[in-house]
Amino acid sequence: MNEAALEISDLRFAYGAGSPVLDIPRLIVKRGERVLLRGPSGSGKSTLLGIVSGVLAPGGGHVKLLGSDLGAMPAASRDAFRGDHVGLIFQMFNLLPYLTVLENILLPARFSACRRDRCSPNPVSEGRRLMTALGLSGADEATRRVVNLSIGQQQRVAAARALLGRPELVIADEPTSALDSDLRDSFLQLLMAECNAARATLLFVSHDTSLGPRFDRQLAIHDINRVRTDEASA
Amino acid sequence: MKPLASLAVRSIWNRRGTATLTVFALAVSVMLLTGVELLRTGAKESFARTISGTDLIVGARSGPVNLLLYSVFRIGEPISNLSWDSYRLVENHPAVAWTVPIALGDSHRGYRVLGTSDDYFSHYRYGERRPLEFSEGHAFADEQDAVLGAEVAHAFGYSIGTDILLSHGIGEVGFHEHEEHGFHVVGILAPTGTPVDRTVHVSLEALAEIHGSEEMAGLTAFLVGMKSKDSVLVMQRALNEYRQEALTAVIPGVALQQLWQVVGVADRALFLVAALVVLAGLIGMLAMILASMGERRREMAVLRAVGARPVHVFLLLLIEAVLLAATGAVAGILAAHFALAGAASWLASRYGMFLSPQGPGLFDLLVAAAVILAAALAGLLPAWLAYRNALTDGLAVRT
Repeated sequence: MNEAALEISDLRFAYGAGSPVLDIPRLIVKRGERVLLRGPSGSGKSTLLGIVSGVLAPGGGHVKLLGSDLGAMPAASRDAFRGDHVGLIFQMFNLLPYLTVLENILLPARFSACRRDRCSPNPVSEGRRLMTALGLSGADEATRRVVNLSIGQQQRVAAARALLGRPELVIADEPTSALDSDLRDSFLQLLMAECNAARATLLFVSHDTSLGPRFDRQLAIHDINRVRTDEASA
Repeated sequence: MKPLASLAVRSIWNRRGTATLTVFALAVSVMLLTGVELLRTGAKESFARTISGTDLIVGARSGPVNLLLYSVFRIGEPISNLSWDSYRLVENHPAVAWTVPIALGDSHRGYRVLGTSDDYFSHYRYGERRPLEFSEGHAFADEQDAVLGAEVAHAFGYSIGTDILLSHGIGEVGFHEHEEHGFHVVGILAPTGTPVDRTVHVSLEALAEIHGSEEMAGLTAFLVGMKSKDSVLVMQRALNEYRQEALTAVIPGVALQQLWQVVGVADRALFLVAALVVLAGLIGMLAMILASMGERRREMAVLRAVGARPVHVFLLLLIEAVLLAATGAVAGILAAHFALAGAASWLASRYGMFLSPQGPGLFDLLVAAAVILAAALAGLLPAWLAYRNALTDGLAVRT
């Protein structure tokens, strides 16, 4: 059993023929580890997440996720791999406006049989359990339209969706930046608890340094990326 | 595909306002196309059904189509009458089985009055050689007797024994009604779905009486049945070359073919216009989908995040185009059929076009298939744009 959830070596990336955005000699995230990745906007954080989640192809070097080399996979396999093993939470606009709360949470099960099978006893029950765990309980909450939710509630729905079917890696890209501090704290607490329960590795991106103590480890993008911030663009 | 189809449906439903208008525009255009075709085939069928079993129609010299139209379909006016002598000559010819004289020119409250003989009721055939039948009463026996087509009786609530007045000329309102010559309804024909339904039949003697003469000055036309089909062409040529009087003899089927050739040009033009309207409807749909693309880039990013491949995004938009088009096409086709079924009696009374009700057929299937195929082709554009965006956007929407 490979103990590393993520293993990056000599990763280089540039958009098209543009100047390099990432040059990361080495980065290892252990399984179950909760890592905060800090850095100002435009420092290549989102690009790194794009590569780790398999949406972008690494330009050079190796990106091993759960022991599989993403760089060696065709795009379609990376998409399937993401669907099976990665839960994603964005800063905003995480949800499909035309689906109900529960349907949004169940989206991963639509695209990944693996995530569907890992829901016990079934996706709907698991979705409802996550809703309760994340403080979204309420008799008619599940059938509510997501457009009627507050930002804080929407982020919790996004977290529930990312956690459905116990993906090994949860990636959160500044999910709390639109929340005020009270909401941010309760959101983090719930997310951490669920990640622990699922033994998921958490890669959390934020420019908010005050969050640091809650994580197992903090990383500054500057320390791992050799491309200087003022040269990088995202 | 299945999870994508249900997502596409939900997404369309979320934009149901614009989607409904798009489908409506498509439905109207398809309805127009289907309606034009239904009218065309319906008219053709209706015309072809109007007369059968008649070998020749003979009238004064005129174009074959014109003769057919005024003698059988009561459309237009005869240029001149033909003489009794010519009629008698044909009537008494050994190769001729029967003749039916026809005299037109009068009307009753907008319906044509046809002067004829008893032979009309025994020899006239329509549809699949069906004879005329009386739903009530009998043929005229007397100069004051009239036999009504089914629609005439229905329109005015006439029944056996009703007295009616005939007017000279064919307008809705005659200049002078022949008040002194009231008629007595003695028979009502069963519906035929032909111009017969809209005709008031009286005897030739009665018409002559109205016009104040012993005998009708002439006939509008007459129908001929030959004893043998082999002699039809010979008789036709003989009549067309008849020296004593300029006559035209036509074979109904042949004259109908000529009519379709004339009408065909307008027909095709109308079809082309309708097809272009469908194209406009499809372009409207394309505009609607393209307009929605901007706000839906985030939606695509969310789908990508949960494992959707760019090709899924592509298919999602393609499915959307096909669903909208299929709904529009089916709605349009059904609307055309319902509209024509609803307008059937109006078309019959106003234009003499008797459409037999028919469910959606092969043409409708082809229209639906063509519209859906065209929509799929049109949908390739937004689908490709979304596909490209999905590749370049990654997880974050770049604008």
